[in-house]
Amino acid sequence: MRLLNRPLGRLSRYRRGPVAGLLVVLMGLVLTGGLYAAFSPASAKVDDSAALAKEGHQLFLVSCAFCHGTNGQGIKTLDGNQLGPPLAGVGAAAVDFQVGTGRMPAVQPGPQIPQKEAVFTPTEIAELAAYVATLGPGPAIPNPSDYSLDGLTDEQRQQAIAQGGQIFLTNCTACHNFEGSGGAMPKGGYAPKIRGVDPKYIFEAMLTGPQAMDTFSNGNLSVEEKRDIIAYLQSIQNNPEYGGFGMGGIGPVSEGLFAWLVGIGSLVGIAIWIAAHTARSSKQKVEL
Amino acid sequence: MSDNLPETTRGDHSPVAAQEPLPDPGLPAHQWRPTDVDPKAEKRAERQVASLFLLAVLGSIGFIASYVVFKVGDHPDTIGNLGASNLALGVCLAVTLLGMGAGMIQWARKLMGDHEIVEMRHTASSPPEDREATLGILQLGLEESGLGRRPLIRNTLLAAGGVLGLLPIVMLRDLGPLPGDKLDHTIWDISTWTPEMQAWWQTQHRTLQRVVRDVVGTPIKVTELEIGDLVNAEPEVMFALDPETKQPIVEGTELLVDKSKAAVILHRMLPSDIVSTQTLNWSVDGIVCYSKICTHVGCPISLNERTTHHLLCPCHQSTFDLTDSGRVLFGPAARPLPQLELTVDDEGYLAARRDFTEPVGPSFWERG
Repeated sequence: MRLLNRPLGRLSRYRRGPVAGLLVVLMGLVLTGGLYAAFSPASAKVDDSAALAKEGHQLFLVSCAFCHGTNGQGIKTLDGNQLGPPLAGVGAAAVDFQVGTGRMPAVQPGPQIPQKEAVFTPTEIAELAAYVATLGPGPAIPNPSDYSLDGLTDEQRQQAIAQGGQIFLTNCTACHNFEGSGGAMPKGGYAPKIRGVDPKYIFEAMLTGPQAMDTFSNGNLSVEEKRDIIAYLQSIQNNPEYGGFGMGGIGPVSEGLFAWLVGIGSLVGIAIWIAAHTARSSKQKVEL
Repeated sequence: MSDNLPETTRGDHSPVAAQEPLPDPGLPAHQWRPTDVDPKAEKRAERQVASLFLLAVLGSIGFIASYVVFKVGDHPDTIGNLGASNLALGVCLAVTLLGMGAGMIQWARKLMGDHEIVEMRHTASSPPEDREATLGILQLGLEESGLGRRPLIRNTLLAAGGVLGLLPIVMLRDLGPLPGDKLDHTIWDISTWTPEMQAWWQTQHRTLQRVVRDVVGTPIKVTELEIGDLVNAEPEVMFALDPETKQPIVEGTELLVDKSKAAVILHRMLPSDIVSTQTLNWSVDGIVCYSKICTHVGCPISLNERTTHHLLCPCHQSTFDLTDSGRVLFGPAARPLPQLELTVDDEGYLAARRDFTEPVGPSFWERG
């Protein structure tokens, strides 16, 4: 105790010194500020998202407003079609999907906006998403825990994959093919291939229904059901192709037709080629 | 006939030995193959054929080796993303067959005999003496069997053959019995249920059958669906469990048959998008419910475009307008898609007010 008391004892000699009061006030301020910063993360986050949205609005004005309007209200063409649809209520998930997969900003209007290299950095996408989320309540960007199978036992995983397969075959295969290879849609549209797509984007596509796709909101297919679909897709993606190179799951009739026309057709062609070509010599046989 | 053609017939049209305008050049001189005239080429061809046959041997050995080496089952070996066993077996077998085939072709074309052979044409009919002999045999058979002299035997044989023809016709009975009114209603109609299903319904104490999600069987609240949502749904009795045994009440063939008629889709749109009065009256807050079975040949359809509310059948591209009583917009379907009258039950879940008012699925004989 004496050892501890000694410096304090010495320090206490200055308690009535000219700077003592100032020092105490300073220490109090630092302590209060530090404690406030440590215990008020919520308000700090709100400030962060507002700042993000502000940055996002600047990006939006430069890159999106031409089609979607300066306030995201949407713009109609002269003949009544949408140049860009209104964005109120599409939510951060829609922005993260459209911009993250490179579909937005679109290069040109058309029956379907194709996927391409993403133009914006992840930070910029987060800013744009934060801005569009302020236009109206809509689906937020899903948490990785929503679509991850971590923390499940092996048996639960198998159950999730089996259940996901059933839900996928009922809800998704009509457009996206039974192994997720995609397919054609009316008037130049197409359902894209969904094998090898980031689970986050599959989840967001179901939530928001990009382009002509129906939405599968959380009230329609629950978060677990979406997770199961994604688990199923990943399981078929990891399956080796037992029979050799696949043809994109185009179905038995088309694959059989391919085998008949291309396979047997080329065999017939080779047979004709062999019969039509022969090596002949100009020399005469020398009788020995 | 033109005058500058050579005279080929006399006045009585009997053929003459034609005067050939050009002399018959005969067959061209035989050209030898390199293997016929060059002993070195012959040796080389021999070695090629032998090497191809040896390659076939190697292929077979490889086949046996890959059968032994590569693991199959739950965690098979892979090459790239391909199943290693199937790939190796296939490639080795292909090498064997290709080696043997190519070797034989090479052998036949380079080393086996190489002559031109002339085969002269002859008349297609048999010589007259052969024809007469055959007719004689047939006549003898007819006389010795006595078919003409013994009408009793002939007629009873004909009767036996005729009755034999009835057997396949009797077996056509298996195609029946006729479906009756089975095609006119679906499992949405509670009055057509089996006693077990009725007993289960008594325990539910409700009057309207709910529309539930396919696969999971959960009921749907109006507030759960957002505009643009598409739900593949079924009548709730499909998922009914026996209160005691906890076993499904509808199962097996019965389940498949009922499902193939009763499956529906729900789609929520802005009520202002709805065109026809029937569709509006039978919807709940913009949620419409249609049969999932195409009216052309009965494919299940859920290929919907959210933006246009057009439902497309993937089999033959029949397109139906969900805003307008399922009107056919395009394709071979002749009837609109039947709409199910939707309502909300006491607990706020979507339910069917009644069965479809017309038969679902493809047209059939009795429907007219």
